[in-house]
Amino acid sequence: MIARGARRAVLFFIALFCVAGLWELYKVVGPTDGAEVFGWRLVPRASDRAMPHTWEMVQRLFDPEVRGQDTPIWLAVVGYSWYTFRMAFVGLVLGGVFGVALAIVMARFEVIERGLLPYVIASQTVPLIALAPQVAAIGGNWDLPKWTWVAALGAFLAFFPIAVATLKGLSSAPAASLELMDSYAAGWWRTLVKLRLPSAVPTMVPGMKLAATAAVIGVIVSEISTGVRGIGFASLTYGQKATSDPAQLYTAVFGAATLGLLMFGLVVAVEAVAMRNRPQEATP
Amino acid sequence: MSATESLSASAAVVVDRVSMAFNPGRSNQVDALVDIDLPIRSGEFVSLIGPSGCGKSTLLRLIANLIEPTAGTVLVNGKSAKQARLDQDYGMAFQQSGLFEWRTVRKNIELPLELKGWDKAKRQSRADEMLELVKLSDFGSHMPWQLSGGMQQRIAIARALASHPPLLLMDEPFGALDEMTREHMQAELLRICAAARTTVVFVTHSIPEAVYLSSRVVVMSPRPGRITDIIDVDLGSERTEDTREDDLFYKKITEVREALRGGGEGHGHTASGLGVEDR
Repeated sequence: MIARGARRAVLFFIALFCVAGLWELYKVVGPTDGAEVFGWRLVPRASDRAMPHTWEMVQRLFDPEVRGQDTPIWLAVVGYSWYTFRMAFVGLVLGGVFGVALAIVMARFEVIERGLLPYVIASQTVPLIALAPQVAAIGGNWDLPKWTWVAALGAFLAFFPIAVATLKGLSSAPAASLELMDSYAAGWWRTLVKLRLPSAVPTMVPGMKLAATAAVIGVIVSEISTGVRGIGFASLTYGQKATSDPAQLYTAVFGAATLGLLMFGLVVAVEAVAMRNRPQEATP
Repeated sequence: MSATESLSASAAVVVDRVSMAFNPGRSNQVDALVDIDLPIRSGEFVSLIGPSGCGKSTLLRLIANLIEPTAGTVLVNGKSAKQARLDQDYGMAFQQSGLFEWRTVRKNIELPLELKGWDKAKRQSRADEMLELVKLSDFGSHMPWQLSGGMQQRIAIARALASHPPLLLMDEPFGALDEMTREHMQAELLRICAAARTTVVFVTHSIPEAVYLSSRVVVMSPRPGRITDIIDVDLGSERTEDTREDDLFYKKITEVREALRGGGEGHGHTASGLGVEDR
């Protein structure tokens, strides 16, 4: 277990260095001002403004956000990321509860499944960036802090993969097991609790992994359009300064990436607990 | 059916003029069972044997009330099959052990007891008893997938018998096991059921298995599913490994085999009636 963890960590850093190496390699061989392919600007610029050196990005982490400040930017980025993480976490939990509940209702009543599923799918094609200020404005009518609405938009993206995976999982119980519960005269509810939900867990886990990253995306996008000051908002403000300080934007990117990994790791930890007694084949 | 009526008081199962059609009244109607009569006395071990499509599993599911017959009645323990199911008067075991992989062996055995609302102490002592019965006392805290196929099937039988039901319904429970394990399991099943005085209805397509286990072998034939013969197997109640070498054992195997052939050729439409009235 520990050996596997160590090997994964080593692989992670090897991959990281490979990406950094490719980045620097392109800066050496790539055209500074980009290039056109059949009239299309497809080859990216390799200039220091578009692609700052990787060491500059790392260096930038230790400089202050604005000249003259004492605190290094990484501390600010950690603060923004932590705020976003908390909203994404609340979004994931809310989305999880709602998604599972929705799946149970859809599994119970086929009419509801057929009636509701198109709307559930349509909900995911709604442009969140346009929806976010509206939701926050509607939310203003209630006395809730603004971040709760950003978290709610994270939940809005997170509930979908969980609902779909749970719905599939709930119908995956073997016919013989369902017959067995029937022979015990167990009703729908008890069959759900004793059989359907436990046998749905292996299917729900991949849905939760998708939901974790979806919640982060939902929160970051909503921050941009609602002005809640998390890592998404920071990326936007740093991005506006990209011409004079291109490396700064990447510090925010590092923050967002770390945050995504953290959320994913959280789900993996939950998976490890939920699947600890399952056959090994079920956990690839 | 005077035979049926006189039996119904002491019978564990009464199947009375039962027919089962799937998609009734439509062009793709399938007569799975036609006019089945089968009384089963308490303590009997009855095997249902026949080629696939003869409706033997359907008959078992009718007794279990997992499906409702198109015509006729099924009584279990003197009550309707539905009431018997609601009262959990029978235990059931399938070809796949169907153990819940997220529950320990012990918790699997306790499942029917949980659903009956037994308290924890009572469930635990019964699970101990059942684990001892199937000789797997050391494996209570294992997960099912850590056990061999034969052991899993023993746990499934322990689960089926956990609430001490008077009736055990089994659908090819040893079908997925290798021959050695299978013979061992057959001997175990006889021992367990003799100890608990359980009535067993056992679906199989193995002739030696049916003969070795049963006091009566019910021979069925397909299209439409019906009983073509019922063969008494008077090998005595004490059956050992030597029984498998017995001349009578071979004689009975031949008898069942011939009955199966005869049924397949469409003979014995009336045999079902005769078989019942002989008793």
